[in-house]
Amino acid sequence: MADPTVESPDAQETAAELDPAAQKNKQLLDLLYRLFGQDAFTDVEEPYGFLTATTTREKIHDIIAGLQQDQELQLNFLTTMCGMHFPERKDQELGMVYMLHSLVHNVRLRLKIFFPIGDPHVPTLTELYSAANWMEREAFDFYGIIAVGHPNLIRILNVEDMDYHPMRKQYALEDGTREDKTDLFFGR
Amino acid sequence: MDNRVPEIKMTKAPDGLEGAGFFATSLEKVVGIARANSLWPLPFATSCCGIEFMATMGARYDISRFGSERPSFSPRQADLLMVMGTIAKKMAPIVKQVYEQMAEPRWVLAMGACASSGGIFDTYSVLQGIDRIIPVDVYVPGCPPRPEQVLDGLMRVQDLAKNESLRRRNSPEYQALLASYNIK
Repeated sequence: MADPTVESPDAQETAAELDPAAQKNKQLLDLLYRLFGQDAFTDVEEPYGFLTATTTREKIHDIIAGLQQDQELQLNFLTTMCGMHFPERKDQELGMVYMLHSLVHNVRLRLKIFFPIGDPHVPTLTELYSAANWMEREAFDFYGIIAVGHPNLIRILNVEDMDYHPMRKQYALEDGTREDKTDLFFGR
Repeated sequence: MDNRVPEIKMTKAPDGLEGAGFFATSLEKVVGIARANSLWPLPFATSCCGIEFMATMGARYDISRFGSERPSFSPRQADLLMVMGTIAKKMAPIVKQVYEQMAEPRWVLAMGACASSGGIFDTYSVLQGIDRIIPVDVYVPGCPPRPEQVLDGLMRVQDLAKNESLRRRNSPEYQALLASYNIK
């Protein structure tokens, strides 16, 4: 008799087909491929049922603008966007993540772009989403990512006279002026 | 009917020369007692220490027993700046401005680990102790300190106020201290 606690691969496949979230993700991926072409997306995956794809900074603005206008799934809500820094990825050190949400169909999409740290420019989304204004300022503040076309790209959270972008990993997280943590065993 | 006479707490008279119909002491002592028993605190509360201070102000711990009946939310009418909670570097100029707006004599109490030293927030965005921007008279340790500790800290400020020379704020040492913080 077969072990009832282990699902066969066929059963898993059937379950995935019946899963409404998986079906929506498939519909969304089909839509993305149809609108923007299959070669616009790499590294497509679904961690925890959240469709994630990597694209390029040349295409990201058109993709988000196209999805905003699209009537099939209506991904017209920008949940969040933020910067990333992976120092070990050569010429792909910096990145931006965009999360879109269709409030009508409850589908979500996560898009990533990567670019070299020597050229940290991304197109602004402020003319598509007003919410992008502060989030692009945050990415500039913490990662030094410059949103080209942003109307007011200044620091948002850190002190104005800070002279570096603190979430880049070459900088220490700790405050350099702390004096009470010099103990060899209990300090830093 | 309640016949109990309310107990009126009086502060102890200072040492002096007493005789029939007169009492002589130094002005400094009288002023010190008056100041110490009517310290108006300005609560500068930014986080969980502020919650603990609310308990200190409440009926059970009752900071008004120590003459701090009236928390002053205007720095111009406050004697004691109580900084309670994490002060981010972006907040530092505001704390300093509040301190500069206070009239002399003024005292500062740093409540909790964050206000005293930065606490657990050993990070680029947090001021590592308010004594980097303003002079501090009393530090209250704890994370957050219990109300008893805050009251003890207030009593230490009272001791300072009671025993402070009237001329201290004009002394070159005090001027040098303020100058070291770049406070006029």
